[in-house]
Amino acid sequence: MSPVWVVVIIFGAVGLVIVLGFVAIYNGLVGKRVETQNSWSQIDVQLKRRYDLIPNLVETVKGYASHEKETLERVVQARNMAMNAHSVSEQAQAENMLSGTLKTLFAVAEAYPDLKANQNFMGLQEELKSTENRIGFARQHYNDVVSQYNTSLQTFPANVVGGMFGFRPSEFFKLDAAEAAAVQKAPQVKF
Amino acid sequence: MPQTFRDLIAANKRNSAILVVVFCLFVTIVAMVLGLAIIAYFSPSAVSRLNFGRALLIGAVAGGIALLISTLAYYSGDSMVLAVSGAREIEHAADPELFNVVEEMAIAAGLPMPRVYLIRDSSPNAFATGRDPQHAAITVTTGLRRKLSRDELQGVVAHEMSHIRNYDIRLMLLMAVLVGTVVMLADLFWQIIWYTPGGSRRSRDDDKGGGGGIVAIVLMVLGIVLAILAPLLAQIIQLAVSRQREYLADASGVELTRNPLGLAHALRKIEDDPAELKSANRGTAHLYIANPIKKFRARADSMFASHPPIKDRIRRLEKLAHQYGEAEEEEV
Repeated sequence: MSPVWVVVIIFGAVGLVIVLGFVAIYNGLVGKRVETQNSWSQIDVQLKRRYDLIPNLVETVKGYASHEKETLERVVQARNMAMNAHSVSEQAQAENMLSGTLKTLFAVAEAYPDLKANQNFMGLQEELKSTENRIGFARQHYNDVVSQYNTSLQTFPANVVGGMFGFRPSEFFKLDAAEAAAVQKAPQVKF
Repeated sequence: MPQTFRDLIAANKRNSAILVVVFCLFVTIVAMVLGLAIIAYFSPSAVSRLNFGRALLIGAVAGGIALLISTLAYYSGDSMVLAVSGAREIEHAADPELFNVVEEMAIAAGLPMPRVYLIRDSSPNAFATGRDPQHAAITVTTGLRRKLSRDELQGVVAHEMSHIRNYDIRLMLLMAVLVGTVVMLADLFWQIIWYTPGGSRRSRDDDKGGGGGIVAIVLMVLGIVLAILAPLLAQIIQLAVSRQREYLADASGVELTRNPLGLAHALRKIEDDPAELKSANRGTAHLYIANPIKKFRARADSMFASHPPIKDRIRRLEKLAHQYGEAEEEEV
């Protein structure tokens, strides 16, 4: 085989490897970005689960603790506010308020042994507790996935491909200072 | 700087990768040497005519055949393991809390929800099956379900979930196939040596080269040594990989729950429980979160343990907890 052909084949092989490498990296970045979008919507799925559980909870509690009208009304109000929230920060604020009212409701229910023993109530309590956990885990997973995506974008060689095709880092889910304070606060119990 | 769970995860993955590569090289060498030793047995002079390329080819063919047979032999569906253990699948309504705990971990891991199975046994234990996350199942004993708190249960489920997402079940299947291959090759070697007459009488006449004789003897000796030691070494490597993956599953589980003490307390409860799991045997013991055969668990410091010592696992988890400023809970 003449030397020219050998050189052509070698260059061709190297070029092919580089192109395949680029394709693999590009596909990897797309996959990671889609995963961030997917896990963001997962958070919404869990939030909506909570909205769906609340009417049932309110009805059950009303049956046993009709005096606690104020607490129940606050829960319903907070739920409506959260469902109608528009911006991300508005929703985050409303969500935290809703969590607070639910905590108060369960604290208040401690004073009603009949209610506490009710199967339906206990089932709902478990489902709501699980939903709070799921929201937390969904946010954690979102941050984990964003972390992987952003790290890929900043390390070699994916940063080269990322820059070429306009991939931008995603934002972490964060509570701002006021919301963080609200979440840490103990529930207010007023009789 | 103290190790975070991410450092632990990276170290464990590195160690298992090294072990697997070493294992594959080991199997190749064993296949080569045994293949050559068999040829030397039949015809010492033929050995001197071999070059390295042909030797490699012979090794590859012998190893390839043994590998194929092993793979077919070890192909077991999840249903077989679950049936052997007496596990019954349950639905959400049967145990909402257990289901929620598993589903919360599935969300944290970003994986589809696995099937959930229950084994009627008072000994607390759990295992995961499934070659990939789409076909996964998590099994828990009724003893575990009853005796652990929600956080501890979640720690155990997170550990099992991590086995699934790290593809450990698939890895251990691969290990079993490799060990089976080595055992089969050694077996084949013995069969040929004991039951077939050697070639030394036939080739004495055409053994003009002379050099073939020494090489043949060396190969035979090597072959015999390997046939004895190789299956043992293979098992040791397999168990080392198993122990690494257990540590990895612990650290990966912490990545999911962000609560190292949950699993630490669960492990302590499992360790202290006197009951012995009835449905486990040596074949399935490595699948469980803690070795269900108590006397094997006690000997956990040896090379032949499928799980690391529980005290060691608890200590590593508690060290992680210290880093996150969690106060040690009172001993109850």
